[in-house]
Amino acid sequence: MIAIVDYGAGNLTSVKKAFDYLGAQTVLTRDPALVAKADKIVLPGVGHFSSTLLLDQTGLRAAILERVRQQVPFLGICVGMQWMFDSSEEAPTVPGAMLFAGKCERFPATVKSPHVGWNSLVSSEGSQLFRGIPSGSFVYFTHSYRVPLTKATVARSEYGGEFSAAIECGHLFGVQFHPEKSGRTGMQLLKNFCEL
Amino acid sequence: MLTKRIIACLDVAAGRVVKGVQFQQLRDAGDPAELAAAHSEAGADEVVLLDVTATHENRSTLIDTVRRTARQLFIPFTVGGGIRSLEEAAAVFDAGADKISINSAALADPSLITRIAERYGSQAVILAIDAKRVSAQARFQAYVSGGRKPTGRDAVAWAREATKRGAGEILLTSMDRDGTGAGFDCELTRAVSEAVSIPVIASGGGGDARTFVEVFDRGRADAALAASIFHFGLRHIADLKRELHDGGIPVRWPC
Repeated sequence: MIAIVDYGAGNLTSVKKAFDYLGAQTVLTRDPALVAKADKIVLPGVGHFSSTLLLDQTGLRAAILERVRQQVPFLGICVGMQWMFDSSEEAPTVPGAMLFAGKCERFPATVKSPHVGWNSLVSSEGSQLFRGIPSGSFVYFTHSYRVPLTKATVARSEYGGEFSAAIECGHLFGVQFHPEKSGRTGMQLLKNFCEL
Repeated sequence: MLTKRIIACLDVAAGRVVKGVQFQQLRDAGDPAELAAAHSEAGADEVVLLDVTATHENRSTLIDTVRRTARQLFIPFTVGGGIRSLEEAAAVFDAGADKISINSAALADPSLITRIAERYGSQAVILAIDAKRVSAQARFQAYVSGGRKPTGRDAVAWAREATKRGAGEILLTSMDRDGTGAGFDCELTRAVSEAVSIPVIASGGGGDARTFVEVFDRGRADAALAASIFHFGLRHIADLKRELHDGGIPVRWPC
């Protein structure tokens, strides 16, 4: 069963709806005990980085990190992906999960912010998440902060400079865009995650 | 590259899609859930559902329509029309909307923008402005109540204030062009787009591909919304996107 972690951030129902459509068994939960038993974990998110503080206050952070140590596949979406890093300029005192090194940064003033809309990806071969998704595919973004390019970057996008659209390392996955809102491409990506 | 969005708008009344000309003469155009799915399939980048009656009695019908439409729609989905409070916005989000669009209620109480943005994020709050030219000059006034009441507010100044208050996008409708197919008001669109740091969706007057090229180039629009040209088979979104792509406008094509 896939646990979709509910920490009061926006688009939970959209994410659940997309997995339901794919026929996946999911549960929306804020119960650390359920997270500790999940076969896969999804951390969605829209909104402010500081909303992830609720994960710390509810014991969800510890439950997620323990389960991740047990090699359970984890997918962070938007703020959920940003949380996998050390921190974000959006809320400098709020700690990320530190699964990856780096800090989320604001878009430069040369472009309109937030970055909203469909942008194209340059994806790497060999990614499990992007199986069957051609490089150059379009996905839907809506965010004001971004993860720089890292060694774990498997898809890049460009808006006021290049940034990480997706990261992947072993059983850890993160996407800055919204697969649940990215039409067929997004559904293929979620299907790939379900089939891991 | 970030693409220009083509947004299909479904005006709904009592659970059915309708379309009028210059905010009048409503005609039936089909089932919202079916039409939304059809638009997505044809290549629409987003779907907006606007409750044009927006009466209190129709609220539960609207929520049901939103839920039905959202169930099988996997592109961004905005709902607007008659949202007056944080609670009404919450009901629409719970039913599956990704963004809400507010107009009259925000003009009456601009703090509503901030309150919804604080709870759901700015990306979820679209401020809709219905603007009309003041005589023939390049000055535009905001109207409310489905275009029936002038507010005395300058549309550009209002867009700027709404941005400061936390709106994530501006949906800018030219009442002079709405439903005419005669082309977007590029002057209006450009004035607002250059005044704010958030994306501007141009609406009202979309017709052939040339009108879209103009509003993206000359009007500096980030997205363009159209309803009547898509509903009655006058034009297929896929054809429009191919023409825009061929015309050098970055669009999600093929999708």
